[in-house]
Amino acid sequence: MKIDRRSFLGLGLGAAAGVTLSPMPWKLTDDSSIWTQNWPWTPVPNDGEITFEDTICTLCPGNCGISVKKVDGRAIKIEGKKGYPVNDGGICLHGISGLQYLYDPSRVQFPMVKSGDTWKQVSWDEAVALVAGKVKELRQKGMADSLACVSGTDKGSVAGLYKRFLTSVGSQNFYTLETMEKSWEILISRIHGLKASASFDIANSDYVISFGAGFIEGWGSPVSNFIANSSRKERKAKLVQVEYRLSNTAASADTWLPAKPGTEADLALGICSAIISGNLYNAEFVKNAKDFEAFAKFVNEKYAPELVSRTTGIDVAKIKEVASEFAKAKSPLAIAGRGKGDFAGNLMEFAAVHALNCLTGNINKAGGVWTVERQETLTWSSLEMDDTATKSYAKQPIGAVDSLVSGVSGSAEAGIFSAVVSAVSNQVVTSASLTKLFEAINASEKSPVELLMVYNANPCFTLHNAKAVKAAVNKIPFVVSFSSYMDDTAQLADVILPGHTFLEMSQDIESCASLAQNITALSKSVAAPVFDTKHPGEAIIAIAKAVEGTVASSFPWESYQECLESVIGDNFATLSEEGYIASELTAPANPIIVDFSLFAGFKGVTPLDGEEKSYPLTLMPIDTIRLASATFASSPFAIKTVEDRVLLKNDTLVEMNPETADKVGVSNGDYALITTPVGEAKVRVNLFDGIMPGVVAMPKGLGHTISGIGKVLKKDGAGLTGKKGATSIITVTGGVSKNIGPLENRYIGGKGVNVNELIGTVVDPASGLDAAWGIRARISKA
Amino acid sequence: MTQDNHGKAYKFGMVIDLDKCTGCGSCMVACMSENNVPFKEDETNKKDSITWMSIFKLTNGKPFPETDICYMPRPCMQCGGKGDHGHSPCISVCPATATDYGHDTGIVSQIYTRCFGCRYCMAACPYHARYFNWWDPKWPDGMEEYLSPNVSPRMRGVVEKCSFCYHRYQAARDKAYHEERRDNIEEGEYQTACTQACPAGAITFGDLNNPEHEVSKLVKPDTHQCGKPRNPKAFRLLERLQTNPKVYYISEREWVRKAGDNYRDGEWGK
Repeated sequence: MKIDRRSFLGLGLGAAAGVTLSPMPWKLTDDSSIWTQNWPWTPVPNDGEITFEDTICTLCPGNCGISVKKVDGRAIKIEGKKGYPVNDGGICLHGISGLQYLYDPSRVQFPMVKSGDTWKQVSWDEAVALVAGKVKELRQKGMADSLACVSGTDKGSVAGLYKRFLTSVGSQNFYTLETMEKSWEILISRIHGLKASASFDIANSDYVISFGAGFIEGWGSPVSNFIANSSRKERKAKLVQVEYRLSNTAASADTWLPAKPGTEADLALGICSAIISGNLYNAEFVKNAKDFEAFAKFVNEKYAPELVSRTTGIDVAKIKEVASEFAKAKSPLAIAGRGKGDFAGNLMEFAAVHALNCLTGNINKAGGVWTVERQETLTWSSLEMDDTATKSYAKQPIGAVDSLVSGVSGSAEAGIFSAVVSAVSNQVVTSASLTKLFEAINASEKSPVELLMVYNANPCFTLHNAKAVKAAVNKIPFVVSFSSYMDDTAQLADVILPGHTFLEMSQDIESCASLAQNITALSKSVAAPVFDTKHPGEAIIAIAKAVEGTVASSFPWESYQECLESVIGDNFATLSEEGYIASELTAPANPIIVDFSLFAGFKGVTPLDGEEKSYPLTLMPIDTIRLASATFASSPFAIKTVEDRVLLKNDTLVEMNPETADKVGVSNGDYALITTPVGEAKVRVNLFDGIMPGVVAMPKGLGHTISGIGKVLKKDGAGLTGKKGATSIITVTGGVSKNIGPLENRYIGGKGVNVNELIGTVVDPASGLDAAWGIRARISKA
Repeated sequence: MTQDNHGKAYKFGMVIDLDKCTGCGSCMVACMSENNVPFKEDETNKKDSITWMSIFKLTNGKPFPETDICYMPRPCMQCGGKGDHGHSPCISVCPATATDYGHDTGIVSQIYTRCFGCRYCMAACPYHARYFNWWDPKWPDGMEEYLSPNVSPRMRGVVEKCSFCYHRYQAARDKAYHEERRDNIEEGEYQTACTQACPAGAITFGDLNNPEHEVSKLVKPDTHQCGKPRNPKAFRLLERLQTNPKVYYISEREWVRKAGDNYRDGEWGK
């Protein structure tokens, strides 16, 4: 065939038309996007059989039930456990992020010892021998009382083991974090003469007044409170929030009472006064209370609504209205404990709030406050102490504080038939105060603590005046951390014996004190250890055994599991099978007594640090559920949810009213310098109408110094079980080591400012606990 | 499975009670965890921070102490488009057919491997529900372990968005087929991850075509007006654009409902 111009064009056009009409162009675009996207580094997760395993989340004291979703045995997601009495399927963002804690390569992946500014990898045996050697040495020198331990809590068998270790060695220096739970316990003892914690039946109360408690900021058992809060509409229950700022809880509340910060107690007493003068109190309940008349006279004289209105800034009519609604409600409930409640606060503020509960008598009833006597559910075998231990155990703890703890005097214990008119008798009890401990260390030239163990706590971040705490920890010659993470405290440690994360270990769990239910649960390991970590209970047993003598014989168990089974006793089988045992609260057999004499001499809550002249503003730390502010730091997922008006790049934003900003001369987004009597920080400004003028609020949970821990020397050869981490652990060539990659957490480390570094401690004379709730501050444009 | 127009057509929708929402962020993280959403060292530039479910904080603009706030979770609205025929804003502009309308579910799909990153859909979406992968996702060493096989991890250069947890629908449908009730997925069988996680119970999810489902009972969608809510307390975002979203919001507060669209002065209430 001859190809002429005509046929050439015809063929060409035909081919073009053919290609265009065929699916080829579309197929090619499609294919090209597929080819250009099939990168080998894009992960392709393996598929497999889906299974679920249940355990308990212990990231916070809320202890929700969780279901871990697994694919082919690999944990891929955490969901809330349906039907679990605390959270019934609901879950908070930190719980969902649990796997980011598990697989986190910035975890401490093996035991490490610090020499100079360099970390060295050691084996577990070496680490245990090192710590045990130090303990033995101190005991030989007769300095067993210079051993101390900071634990997040004293509940449960793991904390029990640490306390037992200290006792068997001969030291009373066991410290736990000071939270609102402690304040409530002291208060219950002072007013009711009971050794009990307070629980709040929020879900059944039809009228709750919360004095700054952030129900939906993470107070108490967070998810359980979320559920109770959202059923309010259906239950026709009311929530009144007393807070200087429109927090999420205040926004969700039916009534928001923006009282000036620090006047919450005044407002509570003002409401008491309105209830008493309006004869709205439960006369039957208070008729036998001690010093009720005096209390009535006191509040009517000093805290009449008219007077309180001036200090708090709340209308007299509003105070009276709330008082009348509260008193007339079926099951009214007044609650104290600011924000998440992870600081102790003022005892008298708690007392003023609890006076409301006493006036309505809604105690140990549905929808009220419950006094729950803390029963020791664990049975420990008796402990052996040698002479060294007995001698040094007799010494007072370092940083001891005297506080009044009360017991019921004879008549009430006689039973319900005797007259219930009774006073609680006060006695001075000495207890170990964490705040005082660090103050004592800083005050003395040589640290009275020679060896500090830190388990499940991060005092260098979570305590007020965090910089001073760091200085104190630096002064301690030997610090042992059991943390899974290179947290702010672990960074200052001399040896780290890394613990499992909550998903890798089994332990017994007692329900959150504020939850109106008794729940004992058993968490279990739902993932094989990712790194060369150990159960913290196992670690302390190993150390005790290595110390030998009576210390070793006080720890007769072969493993933590054996210890757990023996201390739980009869319930172990049920717990392992069901996962938890729940029971309703029961009222104490004896009628509750009320003693108002506590209020004699009440002069308001402890004032703020700093003088008004040079520090005209009030700095308040604020909580948000999206930021973890206690022992564990926020996960990458949680940080991702944080608003850009809280954290922007690496800057913390402080919240203030536009009116305050005008006075100071700053505008939205500006850099500013915030100065308090304790420290200063560069921050940015976020204007918010919902905060009281004159107050500056700063989020808690930022400012972790997780990154930049320096150098780690890798031990030659084995010892690593972490599979991915192993490749990026540094190697030592010719004695030169380079910075370790995986141990730097850039997702939370170095972001923002820790507000606790700006707030000083104020020890409450009434409770001996740290009562600081804010501080005076000034701001200037930076 | 190809599109099945012969079976029963679902119209999955979501109702969010803004008076119950506490802005806690559980839905956001549940979504990230369920759908292999990546994260970067700095996520404070919200324009490039991939959050299929995002929470906006609204304020009523009044001074202290009259201020009020409201949190508004925003997934993909799964728009039905004008006339509710499936011509949603993003689908209409996609040159690669990488996003399409499921007439059997009412869900707007996103096929990552077809997307070549022109981002027309992002410009078209009035809700900013779509996100572009400016970088390859990077998980810290070892964290890929938690990735789910049910949702493919995306790569640089593609757009992604909320899928109403479509893989959960597929799982529920497979189960229904297997149990020989092919047109009958029970209400509880298919729930999105955010719905399941919300501790406040603010999110309800179900079939808007089924009057028995809680979502229908809550908003009472008007089938003659493309699903416009008949419940006066319910509203859809930017209703007047006629995008016909399948995400509804409920609030007792008038200022919140008013914030759902750009009303001019004196226009509200007409």
